[in-house]
Amino acid sequence: MSTREFTCVVCPNGCSIVVEVDDDETPVVTRVQGNVCKRGESWARQEVENPMRTIASSVPVRRGDFPLASVRTSRPIPLTKIREVMDEIRKVSLEAPVEIGDVVLSAPAGCDTEVIATRRVRKVG
Amino acid sequence: MSGAKKSIPAVRRDVVVIGGGPAGLAAAVAAKEAGCGDVLLIERDRILGGILNQCIHDGFGLHTFREALSGPEYAARFIDRFRELGIAAMEETIVLSLSADRVLEVSTRGTYQRIEAGAVILAMGCRERTRGAISIPGHRPSGVYTAGAAQNFMNLENIMVGKTVCILGSGDIGLIMARRMTLEGAKVEAVFEILPYSSGLPRNIQQCLNDYGIPLYLNTTVTDIVGKGRLEGIRVAQVGEDRSPIPETGRYVPCDTLLLSVGLIPENELTREAGVEMDPVTGGAVVDDSFMTSVPGIFACGNVLHVHDLVDWVSVEAAEAGKFAACFVREGGCSLPSPIRVRPGSGVRYTLPQAVSGERNLTLSLRVSAPWRDRCVVVRDGGKEIVRKREMRLHPAEMIRIDLKKEAVSGCSSLEVTVE
Repeated sequence: MSTREFTCVVCPNGCSIVVEVDDDETPVVTRVQGNVCKRGESWARQEVENPMRTIASSVPVRRGDFPLASVRTSRPIPLTKIREVMDEIRKVSLEAPVEIGDVVLSAPAGCDTEVIATRRVRKVG
Repeated sequence: MSGAKKSIPAVRRDVVVIGGGPAGLAAAVAAKEAGCGDVLLIERDRILGGILNQCIHDGFGLHTFREALSGPEYAARFIDRFRELGIAAMEETIVLSLSADRVLEVSTRGTYQRIEAGAVILAMGCRERTRGAISIPGHRPSGVYTAGAAQNFMNLENIMVGKTVCILGSGDIGLIMARRMTLEGAKVEAVFEILPYSSGLPRNIQQCLNDYGIPLYLNTTVTDIVGKGRLEGIRVAQVGEDRSPIPETGRYVPCDTLLLSVGLIPENELTREAGVEMDPVTGGAVVDDSFMTSVPGIFACGNVLHVHDLVDWVSVEAAEAGKFAACFVREGGCSLPSPIRVRPGSGVRYTLPQAVSGERNLTLSLRVSAPWRDRCVVVRDGGKEIVRKREMRLHPAEMIRIDLKKEAVSGCSSLEVTVE
């Protein structure tokens, strides 16, 4: 049994959540305190058992009015998978035009997410 | 203003918005939606959206859209609405001057124009404090950037700014760049913060530092910058209660890049030129509960008024300013006398607006002066309590907003806001 303290990142309230964890092999949450809302509780459980994050990056665009299109994961991915997903994002390059929401990668590193463009890049020339 | 310039005839516009970032966009959209047919937005960059364009991380729009958007996506929602409404925009245009009678001199790619505005909305945003602003001693090598400049290089220009990075200041932009540079393969050694607490949002400490094992050293600052051509390293030391470095705690940290995330300053050169009364604490204008400054017909909103924590609040506040500016033009000046002064009391750094009419519902924005847990923010008229709001956590990095009903404020002589 151990106690862990987190800053909740679900919303800007940033609650300080104290979680009691049963550490037998795979950690299991036994008690959650300090959260204002229910989303905080389920987040804290997930944060112990399998923390998830959204990540953002950018990829080069050929013949665009900007050299880059920003991208992000459409759904959170496991924190432990970020390196692998970044490695896949780094291999991508696009051709203008790019629209917001264009899917740049599907299921990178086997994660249940898409990587989508978050900037419109117009074609030039 | 020279005689030759004055002889150039001025174009007449109803509402002129200066700045095309989130504040300017929301203000322009709201002015148009409030029935003002002639709105003009002036932006110095070649695209609209302002600094949101380089903020590619997610988390924007949680309050407004109930989803976590990136900066460019959040901006696009407002730009699309702006275009739908057919609002005029002048890009690559800089405002050279603004007078108290609302005459603007503007320049677009070498051309010159005078504009007479029915109302002006100031939405120029803010800029970062630099190394000069905080007087860090030492050599002057390359490799020292403000966090936002590095963000611009990496996210818009595709230029990686360094490999081994230290960050001074725990402002949100610095924290976000710590994560960004780590993801792009740099080694971020540490973040140093002179204060005893972080000046960034808790969620950013967690997601940008803790997730990647980047240490945050509080009560610590940079005492020397070493390197002739390129930065080679920095000296850091802990500070005492007076915030001056304690020499025996000094150590050397090798790095090729130092990012500064040490605060933002509202960009108010035009505001001052127009003779607007300023608030020394916010660094922005003094406004009433219609966001009008001390100069009739000149309104201010967004980060040029006070630096916000979340863009959602910028949009909300700017929309109010836009609505009132449209009303000012429509009714030939509908501002109400605002005799009720609002003052920050114990534990409160500033409050905004600084004067209210008592004739409208309004939202007080404020920041506290230190972090606390489980306190109340109390608004009083003399000895009489108007509103008491319990807050689980109070942090100087986070803005607090308190809604006040017209009925509660009407008839008050002055308001004081305290933390108890």
